[in-house]
Amino acid sequence: MIAIVDYEAGNLTSVKRALDYLDIPNRITAEAETIRQAKGIIFPGVGAAGQAMRTLRRTGLDDLLRERVERGVPFLGLCLGSQIVLESTPENDTRGLGLIPGHCQRFHPDFTEAGLPINIPHMGWNAVNETDRAPSLFAGIEEGAEFYFVHAYYPVPEAPYRLGSTEYGTSFCSVLGREGLWAVQFHPEKSGRPGLTLLDNFNTYCREAR
Amino acid sequence: MLCKRIIPCLDVRDGRLTKGIKFAGNVDIGDPVATARAYYEQGADEIVFYDITASHERREIMLDVVDRVASQIFIPFSVGGGIRSVEDMRAVLLSGAEKVSVNSAAVKDPDLIRRGAEAFGSQCVVLGMDVLQVEPTGDAPSGYEVVIHGGRKRMGMDALEWAREAERLGAGEICLNSIDADGTKDGYELTLTRLIADTVRIPVIASGGAGNPQHMVEAATTGRASAALIASIVHYGDYTIPGIKEEMRQNGVPVRMSW
Repeated sequence: MIAIVDYEAGNLTSVKRALDYLDIPNRITAEAETIRQAKGIIFPGVGAAGQAMRTLRRTGLDDLLRERVERGVPFLGLCLGSQIVLESTPENDTRGLGLIPGHCQRFHPDFTEAGLPINIPHMGWNAVNETDRAPSLFAGIEEGAEFYFVHAYYPVPEAPYRLGSTEYGTSFCSVLGREGLWAVQFHPEKSGRPGLTLLDNFNTYCREAR
Repeated sequence: MLCKRIIPCLDVRDGRLTKGIKFAGNVDIGDPVATARAYYEQGADEIVFYDITASHERREIMLDVVDRVASQIFIPFSVGGGIRSVEDMRAVLLSGAEKVSVNSAAVKDPDLIRRGAEAFGSQCVVLGMDVLQVEPTGDAPSGYEVVIHGGRKRMGMDALEWAREAERLGAGEICLNSIDADGTKDGYELTLTRLIADTVRIPVIASGGAGNPQHMVEAATTGRASAALIASIVHYGDYTIPGIKEEMRQNGVPVRMSW
């Protein structure tokens, strides 16, 4: 069973629907016991980082997640989850979980694409490149396949943790972490076939881990 | 680089498509779920459902459609038509839609945009705008006026001002429909599209007038739209989504090519 961590950060049913469609046993949960039993953890999230982190601390889920990752339980952060796994983000001046070294940055309004100022948030389909350092997660996914993004801040992990990149006014890190501890800035559950393949790959990794 | 989106629009009444849709092979499908799935598999980047169900009692049928769509297609989709309150928005989003679109209800009650954005985030709230070209006047100095009820009622509001106001209130996107271009198949209203796209910093979806793939290219380049809404040109099998995207790509417009 894969645990989809519920920490009051947005509607998680779209992640659940995607896993159900793939016949992957899963549960949306905030319960420590269920999370401990899970073979893998999906850490989704939309909304604001400050509120999300406060909920994680209040419920003690922050310590539990760190403990599970230390024990080697496979972990996949999605969207806002890919920012909260870092040490800090300027959004609401928030300290993160610190699972991956690094911080976040906001897209600068002066950034341009094809000579025109970018819209913020970055919303829509964009290519994810240089994913060869995340082979188990991206197995069977074409290099440069597009995924669906919605975000105003982007992750800036330390260099060894950069596993994929995307261009939007700047080249930013859209896949981060290391083998077994991944985070992606996009929404695989809304990214068509490449997104479903990624979720399926994560599940396969969870089943084969240990 | 961010891709330009191609968004088929499906009109639904009481849970059925209002017009039969013919894909290659002339199959007539009245089921919005099967049709959405077919477009998803052909590479649509997003889907818009417009619910024209007349009675409030039959809204539940649409929520069931939304729920079934969300269980089968894994791209964003939005639902518009008859959404007048935050509660209406919540019902649609909880059923699995990514976005809701508001049009005349927001004209009458602009604060609905703010309440929706506050409750669910700006990325969930699309403002639909129907716009008519007029003589520039005090009410509409840009020469474009907001209309409702399919263009039958002029609102004495300048389209450019309304776009600015909607962005300020927290709309995440504007779906801009030209009443003049709608149904002509002569192409999108590029002057209007560019005017609005250059004014706001949120994405603008061009709507109304698509007749061939070159019109999508123009909307994305000259019109500076982030996306293009299409209906009859794919519904009746004149063009396919992969064909449209291929033509856009050949014209240098970034589009999603792997699905």
